Order: sequence, then structure tokens, then C-alpha cells
Amino acid sequence: MSDDDDEENADEEDGDANAIHRLLGLTDEEYGRILTTLGRDPRPAELAMYSVMWSEHCSYKSSRVHLGRFPTTAPWVVVGPGENAGVVDIGDGWLAALRIESHNHPSFVEPYQGAATGVGGILRDIFTMGARPIALWDSLRFGPLDQPRNRYLFKGVVAGIAGYGNAVGVPTVGGEVGFAEHYSANPLVNVMCLGLLRPEQLVLATAGPEGTIAVLLGAATGRDGIGGASVLASASFADQSANKRPSVQVGDPFEEKKLIEACLELYDRRLVVGVQDLGAAGLSCAVSEPAARAGMGMELDLDMVHVREPGMTGPELLMSESQERMMAFVAPERLDEVLEVADRREIQASVVGKVISGGQVRVLHGGELVAEVPASSLTDDAPRYERPLGEPGWMEDLWGNTVKFMAQPAIATSLLQLLAEPELGSKSWVYEQYDHMLFLNTVVGPGHDAALLRVKGTNRGLALSTDGNGRMCYLDPRRGAARLVFEAALNVAVVGAEPLAVVDNLNFGNPEKPEVMWQFRETVEGLAEACEALEIPVIGGNVSFYNETDGLDIYPTPVVGMLGLVENVPTPAPRLDRVEAGMDLWLFGPEWSINLAGSAFEKITFAHVGGRPSPPDPTMAKAAIASARQLAAAGLPAIHDISTGGTAVAVAEMCIASGVGATVAYSDWRHLFCEDPHRFLVAATPEQGQTVESIASDIGIPAARIGVFGGAEIAFDRRGVKAALDLEVATTTWQNAIESRLG
Amino acid sequence: MFPGTNCELDAAYALELAGANPELVWHRQAELDEFDGVVLPGGFAHGDYLRTGAIARFSPVMGPVSEMAAAGKPVLGICNGFQILCEAGLLPGAFIANSGLSFICRFVDVEVASTSSILTQGATAGQVLRLPLNSYQGNYVDPTLTGRVVLRYKDNPNGAQGGAAAVANEAGNVVGVMPHPERASEATLGSEDGMILLRSFLGDGRPETRQTETARPSLRAVSGSTRSDG
Repeated sequence: MSDDDDEENADEEDGDANAIHRLLGLTDEEYGRILTTLGRDPRPAELAMYSVMWSEHCSYKSSRVHLGRFPTTAPWVVVGPGENAGVVDIGDGWLAALRIESHNHPSFVEPYQGAATGVGGILRDIFTMGARPIALWDSLRFGPLDQPRNRYLFKGVVAGIAGYGNAVGVPTVGGEVGFAEHYSANPLVNVMCLGLLRPEQLVLATAGPEGTIAVLLGAATGRDGIGGASVLASASFADQSANKRPSVQVGDPFEEKKLIEACLELYDRRLVVGVQDLGAAGLSCAVSEPAARAGMGMELDLDMVHVREPGMTGPELLMSESQERMMAFVAPERLDEVLEVADRREIQASVVGKVISGGQVRVLHGGELVAEVPASSLTDDAPRYERPLGEPGWMEDLWGNTVKFMAQPAIATSLLQLLAEPELGSKSWVYEQYDHMLFLNTVVGPGHDAALLRVKGTNRGLALSTDGNGRMCYLDPRRGAARLVFEAALNVAVVGAEPLAVVDNLNFGNPEKPEVMWQFRETVEGLAEACEALEIPVIGGNVSFYNETDGLDIYPTPVVGMLGLVENVPTPAPRLDRVEAGMDLWLFGPEWSINLAGSAFEKITFAHVGGRPSPPDPTMAKAAIASARQLAAAGLPAIHDISTGGTAVAVAEMCIASGVGATVAYSDWRHLFCEDPHRFLVAATPEQGQTVESIASDIGIPAARIGVFGGAEIAFDRRGVKAALDLEVATTTWQNAIESRLG
Repeated sequence: MFPGTNCELDAAYALELAGANPELVWHRQAELDEFDGVVLPGGFAHGDYLRTGAIARFSPVMGPVSEMAAAGKPVLGICNGFQILCEAGLLPGAFIANSGLSFICRFVDVEVASTSSILTQGATAGQVLRLPLNSYQGNYVDPTLTGRVVLRYKDNPNGAQGGAAAVANEAGNVVGVMPHPERASEATLGSEDGMILLRSFLGDGRPETRQTETARPSLRAVSGSTRSDG
């Protein structure tokens, strides 16, 4: 508490906690900055604009000083961080646009609409760039499913993603779901979207020269989502009796589908100079950011905005986060054509403003000037904080808190216990509710380490994976974050892809706590170090702070989205379900450690979270990635990253997917459950053994034949002593892990 | 296509693979004389608001679609297109929510129950096909018992009456199919069984009707109509 008081003088200066700027989420210091900028008291509409534009969500004011640490350049990067989405060149005349974003808080308040509008928002970020959105991924975290409220949130979020994604017609081809107590009061809903475009279709969110016309396209503006970005609704602006609408927006996938097709036609026909989607901060953002980018000003007439209800005030119109809206910037001579497209595509369009010289955003309402502020003061000149940070005192204790195992546990029982957990069990209950096949690109879909999409008309494919591991990052944010990058890169490599670019979604607690800022800084360092080691640029990201409820912060949960490129999609591609009896099981990766810190085994079997995870090894990471890619290209049927649950679970996943048992030799039981990075499994016919060995020795990575597939058991053998789990029991348990808890 | 249709590009892609020359037609078009057959692709026409297909049946394009059906020309509705054909009265029956009350997206096995329809004439009775299902309202109900089931689920996933996965009218020229044949058009996508059905729809097995036609530039999209065989 004391730090934010010092910094923001929250309660000292005057006692009026109801001062309008405070109700809007602005601190007294920030209010002072506004006074200095304008040289006068702000008008209500101006205050509204600053409150949303300077919110943590829009301005990244707590994180920006750290985010400069990321490597962001590479020859294939076309658009780096700062635009609506990152864009990379994937060859053969195609670009890929990628973006990840969180919708954590709305999803906790209203899971269906919160998740649905998260999907809608990320799609707009992609088609704003000129790209057709072709696939979605979700990274989700909830509290344990034995609590009714968590079941409600989980079901609601999945239904929201399905309801919006399926109807808007963009397939959800992958993702991940995790469960831990720390997310009970604060679920995480991160959504990633991939789009494809031709280089000449690239559109940037710039306003263009003086006289360019601003056309608002799509849904009518209503009172939903007012101040969603700045957390607080604007009760004190409106009549006290006015209805307090929820700050969660409401989505309409049908409107969005029409908007996508209309915008793509506008781009194809070169009818627009630039576009900006209306997401957080609504119209305030859609006029100020493009104007600031163009070094111009903008005049906006709120009376021209098509509205859903009468009597909205200027601040309400400026702050509304009504969904499915886009601002197009159009040269005057192309206006009629733009309006014709809108009419034919059955979307509403209003001419609401024009680009002016001078750098001021001028807003008119009811014929009066209600706001006049410098565009750049809302965007580039937003506050930046170097928040104090400090290593939490409990890290040393946490690292010292390890489990002393007295005896070897029953391996088969432990494995079954892991497979029964929602975190490790089948996610088919989730992804079978999502259309994951639309557009006929899905070569490898959900349920694998990465999704593989072909690019029609070429031999190329794009592999994408999302990875997060809050438990590991809690135990060591820097190591945990670096391991995520390496794991995500290995995930795309096992389907044959070369890692190309990273987007990240950084979910953290309250940044005003020094220990949370320390976790954040360490995480950024870990991500940056790993990206540098692999020479992969970060092309975009999102930061979500204040994921705390009742003082309990979530685990630091960075989520890494990795885009990989396959130049020749192998046919058939490696898949977990292509294992056959008689094939050998190979293990690639470094020598075993016996470190179980942060593993699912310790958490689930011993209810323990402690110790310090092993550091990643960049040299080994590169060797693992290179060898996995070569194995995929050489036609090996199944290649699988070893991740949560360790080798035992990874073997079981291959067996269950293929309906075939296995016998695996081991020397120390801890090797079976250890989650140390840079390891993966390969299924190979005996004839392919030579290929496997030569790839391993060429690259210089240890590889060993550790088992053979066949039979009706998943068996682990130590010098002739066997622990076996019946495959059918394993399969049923794994398949029902989520469904059986939903009742 | 209708506003909200989203499988039109896929349907056109697969029909082209099957040898047709498909053209996308917007739902406001009230004339389809130049076409030999029509496909209503899947999606969420008009957002599925009110009831699936309930608004789409009033679109101008449905007039000529009905005329084509009456004239014995090939008419195929896939998923949402099937629902629209039922709403339009071109096929008997209606759809309700899946018996499990959740959306289902996965491959299912269907068995060819009858080969006397435009969709199944090129298949073999009893043949099992692997096709992706992708629907929430996929549970077919036909109190009139007049719909002829031409494809039947092996393991009825949505509770459809009689296990109906595809239903034809009496003449066999109008067919609705709930799974997506266009999604099973290439081995790399997991199955190419859908091509058996699409080729059948285009008149495979009746080669005398096939002619090559010059490709025409694709117009804007709506109900994917096919200019297939001459």
C-alpha cells in the first residue's frame, strides 16, 4: 500500500475520493499532467478521453519501460510491436499477421460475453491489418473444477469462445487450459489470432493527409462497455439516476462476420488509406492513435455517430466499447464506393469526421466543441512509470522447500492419477465445441503440441503453439519464462517448423507491489534471453496487470505464442495417433536430472509446489529444435514434446492417441516425471532407426531407444521389474478427466 | 451466400477440385437461370437469429432455388444449408439442438443408406464414409416420415431421427447433408471421402452430361451455385 501512496499521493492532497478523475481511475498526479498539458481545467469529455487512453490497459504505463528489452527485428519482420498486430513474411508472396490479447477481467465478471468479445477483439486486430483471420488459439486458466463457481466460469468461457468463433467463421485450432487455485478468483482468457495477407494488402492504422474522411463502420454505439479499459463506469458524468450499465461489452459475431467481409473488400479495392478498430477506449482511441501516427489532427462530430440509444452524453460516446466497429480513413473521392460496399454488405456506415492539420483532436457534440486536446498527449505522451521492484523475501524459502522422497512411489498409480487431472487429461470436451476445420487448412489440429495449417496454393505450412506454465514461473520467473520460449519453439519444431516469431501475453498481479514488478521484470528478461538465443523476434504482445482478487495475486503467467514455418508440409504430417505396434520409442534430449520442482507430479501427487526448476540450456534447446525438424522432414510418424507430467505422461499420450501400448525402460523413477526442458519422444519403425541415429549424431544431441510400442499396457520396466497400467483404463480416465468433473 | 454464411469458400474450393466451375452468388440475387445446380453452404446465415435458416428462407435467392428444385436440377444444402432447405419447405423435417446440448466438431462415420439421390448416386450402398460434423442444431426431426435418409450416422452423435445425416426429397434431386463433405476433400485434411459425394452431385457416373466450360471470374459470394457440367 505505502508505495502507491508515495507515488500517487492518493489520499493526502484532499479528501475528495469522489473527484471525477479518481472515479475514472486517474491519479491526482495524472490529473496534474492533464492540467499542465491543456493549461486549463479539462472538460468532461476530455477527462473521459484521458482516463481511457491513459489506463494501464491502453497505455502500458507500468510495463513499457521493460518491454523495450525484447528483440523485435529480423529480416522477415514486416511490422513489429506497436501496430494492431505483428506481421512477418512467410515466403511465396504471403505475409502472416499475429496477435495475442487477454480478456481476463471481463471473463470473470461475465464469462460468456467476456470470452466472446475477447475473440471479437482479436479478430479485429488482425483484419485491421488487411489480413483475413484464418485461425484462433486460446490459452485459459481457471481455479480447480471441484468448486461450482470455477465450473461456471470454465463452461461459460468455453461456450463464449465457441459461440463467437464458430458463428463468425474463424476456426479455433489449438490452445491450452490449466487449473490452479490461484486462478479461482481471477481466470485467464488469452486469445491469439493468425491472419494471412498479400504484401500489397497490408493496411496500417494511420489517418492519412488533411481532408481524409473518417467513416465509422459496423455496429451502432451503445452504452455497453463504458470505461471498460479504465475499469470504472462513469456514474458521475451522467445523471445520478441514469442506468449503470455493466462495463462488459456484448458481442455479435454476425455483425463481425459482415464487417470482416466488408473490410476485406475495401482493402482489396484499395478504397481506404488506413483503418483502426474500435476496441479498448472506443472512439477516443480510434481517432487519436491514427492521427498521432500520421502527425495530424482529427475532427470528430459525435452527432454523426450511429447510436443504439438516444441521449448518450459526449463522454459516453467517447468511452463506449461497443463491439464490431471499425474506423476507416477514406480519401474524399473514394467515399461513395466505400458507402456502396457497406450498403451491399449490410453494415451501417457514418461519416463522422475528417483529418485536420495541427495535431489537435477536436470533438463536437450538439454543435459545441466538447474536447480539444493534442492527439499525441493521449498516446505517445501518456505517463510511464518505473514502478519499484524487489525480489520477494519468500523466494529463498520457496527454493529450499523441496520434497524428500523416502521411497519410490507406485508408478502406474501415479501416472493414472496424473491422467485423471483436468490439467493433463484430454481437452476434447473443450475443442470439440470449437469449429477447428473451417477453411480447409487444418493438417494437425487441437490435441497436439502445435497446430499445423497449410497455406493453400503453396507447399508451406504454419505451425502455432501457445504455452504457459504459471507454476514454473512462480518458482522462478526468469527460468520459467525462458523455458516457455524453448518449449513453444520445440512444439512447432515437432511438426517440422522453424520458429519464426513470438507474441507474448504477460498476465500478472498488481504492479504496485514491488514483488509483482520483480516477477514481471524477471519474466521479461527470461523471455528476451531465450528469444535472443534462438534469434526469434517478438512481434507483439499484451500485458495484463491487476490480476489479483482479495490481495491474492495470480501466479506470474506469461503465455508465449510461437509461429513456425514449414517450407514443405510433410504428407502425412507427424501426429500422435500414427504410432503402430512394433515401432521403437526414442528419447531425444539432455542427460536426465532428478529435479521435480514445479512438476505436475509433485503438485498432484504430493500437493507440493516448491524447489527451483532447472535452468534451460540454449545450446541444447537449439539442438532439440533442429533435430525435431529434421525428424519431421524425414517422415517419422510421431514426434512429441515432453512437457507437463514428464516422460510418463508423454508416452501415455502417444499410446492413448494411437490405441497401442508400450514398454519403456527406466533407471530412476524420477526421470519419468521430471519436466526438465529440451526433451522429446519419437516413434520410429525399426528400419527408421538408422535415420534417427544419424540425425542425432549429426546435430550432436543425445538420443536413446528407450522402449517399444505394442501390447495393451503402458509399462515401465526397471531391470525386469515392471509397473504397468492397462491402456483401456488409462484411455477412459484420460478422456473423462474434464467431463467427469463437470457433473 | 447469405450474410453470415462462412463455408462458401471451402465449398467452392472442393467443388472446383471435383471438377465444377463454381461461382459465389449473393443472397439478394433473384435469378439463377445460368446455373446447372446450386449448393447452399454452411455457416450461420443471418447469425442463426430467430431460428436456423428461418430468415434466410425469405432471401430473394430462395425463389430461383425453389424453381431449380422443382425443375429437377441438383440442389444441395450442407449443414446450415440443410437447415435452410428444411425451413424453405424443399425438404421435410426440422432441426433441434444436439441431444448432448453442445456443439460437436469432429469426424464421424456415416453409412450410405440409399444411392438414389444426387448426392449418393456415385457411392455404394453400405459404404462407410468419414466426414467432419460441425453443428449445434444437427438433430434432425421429421414427424412426416417422408424424408428419405440417404446417409446414416454409424454412431448417432446428435440424436438425429433415424440417425439421419443426409436426407433427400422424393425425386432425389434435393439433398441436405449435416456433415461437411467439402471438409473431407483431401487426404491431408484427414479424409477425402467427401469427394465421392461431391463428384456424385456433379453427375459423376453420368459422364455424358459432363462438358468442359471456360472458367469465369468469380463474382461476389452468397449461396455457392455451381456451373458444373454443361
